[in-house]
Amino acid sequence: MEKELRLMKGNEAVAEAAIRAGADGYFGYPITPQSEILEYLMEANPEETTGMIVLQAESEVAAINMVYGGAGCGKKVLTSSSSPGISLKQEGISYIAGAELPCLIVNVVRGGPGLGTIQPAQSDYFQSVKGGGHGDYKMIVLAPASVQEMADFVDLGFELAFKYRTPVMMLSDGAIGQMMEKVYLSPQKKRMTTFPDWATTGKKATRPRNIITSLDLESNGQEIFIQKLQDKYNLIKEQEVRYQEFQTEDAEYLLVAYGTSARVCQKSVQIARAQGLRVGLLRPITLFPFPSKRINELADHLKGILSVEMSAGQMVEDVLLSVNGKVPVRHYGRNGGIITTPEEVVENLKSIFIEA
Amino acid sequence: MTEEIIIAGFGGQGVLSMGKIMAYSAVMQDMEVSWMPSYGPEMRGGTANVTVILSDESISSPIVRHFDTAIILNQQSLDKFESSIKPGGVLIYDTNGITRHPERKDITVYRVNATDAAVKMNNVKIFNMIVLGGFIKVKPIIKLENVIRGLKKSLPERNHSLIPLNEKALIRGEEIITEVQRAE
Repeated sequence: MEKELRLMKGNEAVAEAAIRAGADGYFGYPITPQSEILEYLMEANPEETTGMIVLQAESEVAAINMVYGGAGCGKKVLTSSSSPGISLKQEGISYIAGAELPCLIVNVVRGGPGLGTIQPAQSDYFQSVKGGGHGDYKMIVLAPASVQEMADFVDLGFELAFKYRTPVMMLSDGAIGQMMEKVYLSPQKKRMTTFPDWATTGKKATRPRNIITSLDLESNGQEIFIQKLQDKYNLIKEQEVRYQEFQTEDAEYLLVAYGTSARVCQKSVQIARAQGLRVGLLRPITLFPFPSKRINELADHLKGILSVEMSAGQMVEDVLLSVNGKVPVRHYGRNGGIITTPEEVVENLKSIFIEA
Repeated sequence: MTEEIIIAGFGGQGVLSMGKIMAYSAVMQDMEVSWMPSYGPEMRGGTANVTVILSDESISSPIVRHFDTAIILNQQSLDKFESSIKPGGVLIYDTNGITRHPERKDITVYRVNATDAAVKMNNVKIFNMIVLGGFIKVKPIIKLENVIRGLKKSLPERNHSLIPLNEKALIRGEEIITEVQRAE
């Protein structure tokens, strides 16, 4: 079927894509800059068309636990929030990871810590990829860089979440959430009618009880479970790394950036090339798993890497680990809701690596 | 062809919706577009602005430092964005409420007195469409017929009766826009 073309905000694209992906439920609580997700879903009222439940919970904590419950029943469920709200959800996310349940969590990042600012930032990288909640868990983290990807990654997120029985986070930011671009929407999918065999859908006499829990008081059992989780994460690292490269073939300097910063850096590459500098860009699409292997390969032919992020320097640590000292790696970023301009990136690349 | 545009004025002047209609119109012509608003506390009584990029190619950064065209609708925005126009670029402004006029000599300046024109047409709400009419006259990137198609696509059905009025406003803007200064 032909895809439908619309002009939409990133937040609206997430909402519409969730309906079309055949989601069973959305549970959320409003916060700038992502409130359009809840607003759009409320207005669309998909309960009358697909049967998808949309509910404004009493808090973020309630919303993530509704997701936990829905996911335990094998349903396709999602929630969304922005940074302070995502912090509130961390306990639930840890439980969902511990219970090995699939779900999609969308973080439209704003500046922090604390209430910070409502303007875009990328300062939740550590929280997302290093485990914001307690315990030895990981989430698959997808970083959209366009409104189209905010739509596409809903479907992809659910697919990966169910494939690996793991929470998936879409790590966006206020800029992509608020920005409008063209988006091609997938046709409506039907909601699932059959559920995974682990789901708590009502016990039949023919099978043993399904138990959803993250608790095991017996240490040996818990250790075996944690090892099983790590095996799963290692499999994800082998199979699910996604990234995009721009003009890396002959690059002497590499920019590494995701999301909004990657869009900015694409233009920085054009500006730098026009000045005769051989600059390329690697855009991680998955932040966990991180494209470490590819960055390490590229480092063999580079003079330096600049990690560009709207933070004080978080992803740069994973870039450093990836290249393992092969080439100098530096960070450049703005904070507080300020988005770096393409020219600024080029100026900093030059002052750090070339003029120094 | 890539046109990087900033539209800036007071919240409530229809800055964001003008940008949206511009973007929709370009989509009707199969162009690539991005619409990047300022959002948040700025909207309450302060200035509102939106960056619109129209292009034949896929758009890299939706955030830019310099603009081909600035559409300026109040003094604060003129003060803030006059220096951000590329040399040889275009400034379109409504002189209503402006006390310090543009000073740069390396840009082409147009005046579109849309506030007055809207009052004369007995509908202040069409102010932004008069300005947009001026823009499509001096920067013929999007065609009037596609603006109308864009309006049909972006407005809810119940408001389609307002389209003829909007078309008049666009045409009025095309008529009244005046070149004040040509770039040196």
